[in-house]
Amino acid sequence: MTRMPAGAIQARGIAKRYQVGRTRASLPDLRETLTASFARLAGKDRGSRDDWFWALRDISFDVRPGEVVGVIGSNGAGKSTLLKILSRIVEPTAGRIEMAGRLGCLLEVGTGFHRELTGRENVFLNGAILGMSRRETLAKFDAIVDFSGLEPFIDTPVKHYSSGMYLRLGFAVAAHIDPEILIIDEVLAVGDAAFQAKCIGKVGELVGEGRTVLIVSHQLPVIQKLCNRALMIRDGRVAADGPPQNVVGDYLRAFEESAVGVHSRTDRRGRGRARVSRILVKGDGGAALISGGPTRIEIEADAAARHCAFTIYDGLGDAVGSFDTANPSDADSLTKGEASRFMCEMASLLLRPGRYRLNVALTGADGSLEDHVEGACTFDVLPGLVEGREAVSERGFGRVEFPHRWTAS
Amino acid sequence: MSVEGDPATLVIEASKRWRFLDIRELWAYREVVFFLVWRDFKVRYRQTAIGIAWAVIQPMLTVTIFTILFSRLAKLPSDGVPYPLFALAGLVPWVFFSQGVTAATNGMMNNQDLVKRIYFPRLAIPLAAIFSGFADLLIGLLLLVLMILFYGQDIGLNILALPLFLALGTAAAIGIGLILSAANVRFRDVGHALPFALQIALLATPIAYPSSVLPEHWRLFYNLNPMVGVVDGVRWSLFGTPIVPEALLISIVTTLLALVGGAYYFRHNERSLADLL
Repeated sequence: MTRMPAGAIQARGIAKRYQVGRTRASLPDLRETLTASFARLAGKDRGSRDDWFWALRDISFDVRPGEVVGVIGSNGAGKSTLLKILSRIVEPTAGRIEMAGRLGCLLEVGTGFHRELTGRENVFLNGAILGMSRRETLAKFDAIVDFSGLEPFIDTPVKHYSSGMYLRLGFAVAAHIDPEILIIDEVLAVGDAAFQAKCIGKVGELVGEGRTVLIVSHQLPVIQKLCNRALMIRDGRVAADGPPQNVVGDYLRAFEESAVGVHSRTDRRGRGRARVSRILVKGDGGAALISGGPTRIEIEADAAARHCAFTIYDGLGDAVGSFDTANPSDADSLTKGEASRFMCEMASLLLRPGRYRLNVALTGADGSLEDHVEGACTFDVLPGLVEGREAVSERGFGRVEFPHRWTAS
Repeated sequence: MSVEGDPATLVIEASKRWRFLDIRELWAYREVVFFLVWRDFKVRYRQTAIGIAWAVIQPMLTVTIFTILFSRLAKLPSDGVPYPLFALAGLVPWVFFSQGVTAATNGMMNNQDLVKRIYFPRLAIPLAAIFSGFADLLIGLLLLVLMILFYGQDIGLNILALPLFLALGTAAAIGIGLILSAANVRFRDVGHALPFALQIALLATPIAYPSSVLPEHWRLFYNLNPMVGVVDGVRWSLFGTPIVPEALLISIVTTLLALVGGAYYFRHNERSLADLL
């Protein structure tokens, strides 16, 4: 084996296979295993290849020490599976990863906290589980408590903590593991805005110290801000690898391409008795959408469904607003039962100019998800007036132009 | 998964089918075992009102019931040792064993938050579950010593062998605990069957009665139960009651088999535990 510099990662042909149709409630019980064993003995193996699902097919990449790599991809693309393999929680079915140096994982902060133990006790317990020696935790204890801002409560059992306090302490411990390779999953999306900023600052600090970092996030701005390289995972493979700006662009473009025909999308979730077959976004008299103009969104399904919902996301992947027939008003004219065509009208589109996309979902009469398509459709909003005021799009100042009135005296 | 070659380089790949436990890695994570034991201990005694007293009350009550049922009513012999003392000497190692095996079996389920989200050698969970019982075992032994003094029994040099028999009991608990904790993730039936199985095993171990009541030719078969050797050995160390060396040897062999088999079985299943939970 060639010696790798500390902080380097080399992944070759990582694949992971799961058995489908096995939920927790239907684990193979003794009876099933025994009958299967007898069937095998009798030469009648009923195991079929169709029962397997490949969460990851073939992932290879190299990370140099000090690189900060963002991993993006839509839900179900295999990001989480990849992270679980890198952090050794699950084993790959095939492939090999070599990592040089100490590994730290921020997968879910506060994991392993025990409700009956105090904050102080949990810091030591969590530190040990995350791979710190008692002496190390002791040396960093003050810094951890200081970062969490929970000093007055450190000897209170954590069952009395609010969920925010819980997360703060969890992140504080995890952020002080001091690894050469740090793996982070969506943890930056926790807590209030102020603490979130602190967390991102801390990660930025670790990045500045030249550590190798792998971040998985839905927040594309975080990826663009912190990372110097991005990987896009699609269908269990590395679909793009390069500077974050380019890869995020590819990622958003992939949504547009796939939005051409929502009926032919295969990367959808849900039971599938009803599928979204067509989406139409129309402005006043034509396809062009204008800020402040009347807008209509039509969603058609290939079979009847009880409810229809969609969420609008901006070009950076942040949700702007959501719409749901399950949350009706008197002004709606909805059917009592199921329907296969849903139309949502807005007298005035409050979105500022820019590019947006829709995630669409259908639910059945029993409440279970029938269909969910991410980026089912992409549309552009052109500049216009919202109640006589120009809708101005400026980065960092939001996506919505509120109808409003000023008074000064 | 394993650490190989340059110790600083971590290699992740699909495990070969059968491998022995990675002792070196477990040693690197020894503090996790320590903290899990410490956590179990703190939580257990923080949640109960009379805390540590349970470790005294439980065996005392059981010994009282056993004395009434088996000594007074059924007139079972006790190798010349006062019956309550005799029963307690059997109960203390047995309770350690059965509680350890139970805790190990349910360990993966009780700690699934950890298993599904953080990597550490999974072996730490059943080991910590069993080691958590040492506190109660110690209290039980103290109680036993007090009882011996109370009954005016002499303690001979045999007592020097006591730690060996307790180690044998621990090994038996680990071996069987490893098998059951991995099996319980795959087949939840194991957890349901265990209390019943332990009840049967209690009767198949010389706790309420001396193993000397069994006919000689049955003894070898009887000693396939590793706890027979442990309980007989503990009594021999404390009271000098008779022991059959050949039978003890069988218990030692079955314990070692359980330990090695448990280690292999656990290792074999370890890689898929997070997938199954």
